[in-house]
Amino acid sequence: MAKQHISTTINGEPMEFLCEPHQSMLDVLRGPLGLTGSKEGCGSGDCGACSVTLDGRLVCACLMLAMEAEGASITTIEGMATGEALHPLQQKFLEMAALQCGICTPGVLMAARSLLERNPDPSETEVRFWLAGNLCRCTGYDKIVRAVLETAADMRENAA
Amino acid sequence: MNVISNKWIGQRTIRPDGADKVTGRAAYSADTTLPGLIWGKVLRSPHAHARIKSIDTSKAEALPGVKAVVTAKDLVDFPLDKSVMLGIQDMRWMCRNVMAREKALFHGHPVAAVAATSEEIAAEACRLIVVDYEVLPHVIDIDDAMQPGAPILHDFIQFEGKPSNIAGKLEHKLGDVEAGFAGADVIIERSFSTEPVHQGYIEPHACLVSVSGDGKAVIFSSSQGQFMVRAMTSLLTGIPQSDIRAIPAEIGGGFGGKTIIYLEPVATLLAKKSGRPVKMTMSREEVFRASGPTSGSKSTVKIGATRDGKIVAGQGTFYLQAGALPGSPIRGAAGCAFAPYDIPNVHSLGFDVVSNRSKVAAYRAPGAPIGAYAVECVLDELAEALKIDPLELRLKNAAKQGTKAAHGPVFPRIGFVETLEAARAHDHYKAPLGKLQGRGVASGFWFNAGGESSAQVNITEDGNVAVTTGHPDIGGSRASIANITAELLGIDYNRVSVQIGDTASIGYSNLTGGSRVLFASAMVVTQSTEKVITTLRERAAKIWKIDPEAVTWEDGEARPAGDNAGKFPGLSLADLAARASETGGPIGAGVQLNTTGAEGGFATHICDVEVDAELGIVRVLRYTSFQDVGRAIHPSYVEGQMQGGAAQGIGWALSEEYIYDRNGKVDNAGFLDYRMPVCSDLPMLDTVMIEIPNPKHPQGVRGVGEVPLVPPLAAVANAVANALGKRFYALPMSPPRVLAGLDGA
Amino acid sequence: MTDIRYLAPKTLDEAVGAFAAAQGAARILAGGTDLLVQMRAGVIRPGLIVDIKKISEMTSIEETAGGGFRIGAAVSGAALGEHPRFGRVWPGVLEAVNLIGSTQVQGRASPGGNLCNGSPAGDSVPAMIAAGAVVTVQGPAGRREMPVEAVPAGPGRTNLKPGEIVVSFTLPPRPAGSSDAYLRMIPRTEMDIAVVGVGVSLTMAGGKVTAARVGLGAVAPTVLLVGDAARALIGSTLNEASVEAAAAACRAACKPIDDKRGTIVYRTKVAGVLLKRTVAIAADRAKGG
Repeated sequence: MAKQHISTTINGEPMEFLCEPHQSMLDVLRGPLGLTGSKEGCGSGDCGACSVTLDGRLVCACLMLAMEAEGASITTIEGMATGEALHPLQQKFLEMAALQCGICTPGVLMAARSLLERNPDPSETEVRFWLAGNLCRCTGYDKIVRAVLETAADMRENAA
Repeated sequence: MNVISNKWIGQRTIRPDGADKVTGRAAYSADTTLPGLIWGKVLRSPHAHARIKSIDTSKAEALPGVKAVVTAKDLVDFPLDKSVMLGIQDMRWMCRNVMAREKALFHGHPVAAVAATSEEIAAEACRLIVVDYEVLPHVIDIDDAMQPGAPILHDFIQFEGKPSNIAGKLEHKLGDVEAGFAGADVIIERSFSTEPVHQGYIEPHACLVSVSGDGKAVIFSSSQGQFMVRAMTSLLTGIPQSDIRAIPAEIGGGFGGKTIIYLEPVATLLAKKSGRPVKMTMSREEVFRASGPTSGSKSTVKIGATRDGKIVAGQGTFYLQAGALPGSPIRGAAGCAFAPYDIPNVHSLGFDVVSNRSKVAAYRAPGAPIGAYAVECVLDELAEALKIDPLELRLKNAAKQGTKAAHGPVFPRIGFVETLEAARAHDHYKAPLGKLQGRGVASGFWFNAGGESSAQVNITEDGNVAVTTGHPDIGGSRASIANITAELLGIDYNRVSVQIGDTASIGYSNLTGGSRVLFASAMVVTQSTEKVITTLRERAAKIWKIDPEAVTWEDGEARPAGDNAGKFPGLSLADLAARASETGGPIGAGVQLNTTGAEGGFATHICDVEVDAELGIVRVLRYTSFQDVGRAIHPSYVEGQMQGGAAQGIGWALSEEYIYDRNGKVDNAGFLDYRMPVCSDLPMLDTVMIEIPNPKHPQGVRGVGEVPLVPPLAAVANAVANALGKRFYALPMSPPRVLAGLDGA
Repeated sequence: MTDIRYLAPKTLDEAVGAFAAAQGAARILAGGTDLLVQMRAGVIRPGLIVDIKKISEMTSIEETAGGGFRIGAAVSGAALGEHPRFGRVWPGVLEAVNLIGSTQVQGRASPGGNLCNGSPAGDSVPAMIAAGAVVTVQGPAGRREMPVEAVPAGPGRTNLKPGEIVVSFTLPPRPAGSSDAYLRMIPRTEMDIAVVGVGVSLTMAGGKVTAARVGLGAVAPTVLLVGDAARALIGSTLNEASVEAAAAACRAACKPIDDKRGTIVYRTKVAGVLLKRTVAIAADRAKGG
């Protein structure tokens, strides 16, 4: 099968690419599309560093075939900030030092945003289980969990 | 030393590299590309131990798309009879680790490498390489490796006059232990074992190398030291250091595991042969199979004390797995084990044991957690036998200023006692515990390191500040450097930019390791900034036509030192930068030093656990770390180090291990079955920073990054013992082990 | 290099046709959370991938006339969790499906994939077996139904005939006083493969168990329906002796292996422990319901 033509939407923009049927979405994002914010930590769905949303649902880009992007809408870390304005989670992660090396950070942020979209008032336990698929080896998760909880509180206040 | 107003030092500023890291823009090693790049792949040994009789690469080379093939023949050989050291690494072992030479020494050992126009073709070419192996018996575990008749990995290694897998021995002696034990009322002696654990950085090793027609190489890779990358690549490829430019990518975690290299020399040779830029990335499986974990261990520790709780003698024997080539961290195990205590008689012995596992690499306080695990567990039993509170026992024997440690030094002002007192006074230590819950405490020590660092501080033409240092920023060090520079210059933090220079743009700087980065870079940045301030005062003096001595630098501007100096409006950085050309040219200064005075660090941890006695599951309920952090230049990143170390230690104690199958192959080479703690496994990790400034540092900085991994193994083990009234002497305390232990009781 | 083709048919007939025509060289893609990992590891190299997620029957959840449910084989765990009523009727099945992998995996992984992957440790399978789920399969010879426990044949193998695709799971209507539960033992709190998994479905009336089914995973080459355990529970008030008898039946049914995830001794003992805990939760729910 020759390279296939795929039309999709990435971070709100119509996008087209060619891919081979066995390629993962992560391969295509990081390769031809140049969106290297999604990281490959394992390639087997165990680390969450390639977390993106597919039609609004959080998935690992490494566990998705690029072919499946046809007609779908994908959001990556590159689509999280609005222009120069960081998403409240991004800003809070900076303020609370919720990253050290930063390699897991794009995936953690994508996962956290997906949580807050569904549950604006999560408990610590809910945050911890939602993020269980995002490995971080630097922080011990403490500052990550705190930053997500504080962002949620800020966003609730701003929404009220 | 400048008067420090503390406007920026101690502030939780936003790291200079932060915005790029939360938006996905930061470039890690695998994130960069070059026109025309091709892909490198490594062929790895399918045997744990085999003689390589021949390698036939002709079929691979004939495959369309293949541009270059490399084997050990292409690398510089370091003969076995002559040691060539680079830092703590012996190039004889490094060269054999990067590419198997006489023998494949572990399953996954690189045997050859290919570069091709696609990853698939490179992988296919690897399959076409024919290696004629003579398979040899292998040995995985320490006890087996030391048995008479065990397969010997290296004929040239002798121990006590015979070929052996014991590759080295280290001994620390203080006083007379026999006499010490003779005077003891209580003696506890126990044996322990730990499994090898991986550093577990989320970013796999990767690099991108191009070699131009004139032989000059540019290496883009993530490591804990671009100068180490340059030096090792130079030694292994024969390209002079002046022809190699190593550019530090952002690094996605290292924890010691990226203080050595695997891919860079291979990619360089492939790039040189093919004339194309070569990119290589390890899969997670390759990371587990072939990059360094830290040692598994067997140890025996004996401690004697008088009835009043004074420790009179300590003896420890630590056998550490080196992996396939010598070099386990016996210095850390044997040296740090007893260091927190003032013990008159100590005998500490370390043995370096090779077996057919991947070569170990540094892991956060290398060896020290292994030593502390045994000593701190024995101390717990000693406290029980003496009916003394475990913190009290440690306080009675704590090292202080003036204590002579068995590994050599006499301690200057240290804050170990303060960590113990803070732990004892903390509400965590008094909180009630429920059924099947337990509490453990443990302490730990790490040497910390100084060494070579370079910095350049430049005033930009518009009056801001650009700082360049030579250490990869692995956990927020740029923010601390900016804090210090802003403080010294009396300017806003946001006017300071900090970058990590490549090997062509900044002077030699040793590794990001040994908890040395902020200690050493703060020194060179401070001295550079002081030189810049001197220049700024001279420039103002020139403009005002007064003596430079009559100019002071305050609040970010040059001012006349007093009324006698004359009355002039202050000159800001921007004013002086604007007039730099007319007053003598660009303003900037660099300093290069071999720093000294990095004093040791101490910590005490409290851990609460709950055990599900029917399933053998141990969960950590509460965890508090108390650490002498010297001066917390950026408290958030100090806390981050403490929390990260605790989390890694909890994983080491409870769930992480290498599992080998009968053929000597790692059976759990992935994040699914190599169980690092996930977010839902851990509670909040509380921290108490105790600031006892290091008297030998301009800002009082003490290394903080490694100590946090030293106490947790024993803190968790002691908590489990407290919960169950039964003690486990082997890590990890995994559910099957715990349940088997409980059923056996 | 073998070329891989990808198809995303909109109808089952099309899917079955292509799948059957490929004669074993094809793989079904639902969530892909096992398939892509196996492809990457080089364990399998399919010539054709049939993505079934464009087939509405396979991605929908329907309530049947009598109050049962029909779940498309490719419904993701996350989608099942968002269904307004399913989790109230079958809390055990839902918690089992929702234990397959991380949040990210939940966005994709499906009960059909979990079953057809053939792992003895698949989380949803013991709960589906306990629930008495019936699987609808479609192949070149048409449709047929089989009990879910009849699907696994051994590690990585199923009893599906060549060209057959699992279409849906049908869960029966629930009498009053019924509920279910699923528990698994994993070393961590998440992200692990079950070392033992137990699904229990109970119907209680007047404090007595009137119907029970027990599914047991990760202790034998296939997930087991443990009839002896159910028989020990039926007719009892769930007193200590009957629950212990059921636990003993679970232990006796174990034919586990020693591997990197657990030992024979450990798995056998834990099967009994989990049975008791799962029964307690299911009974609690059944009484509350």
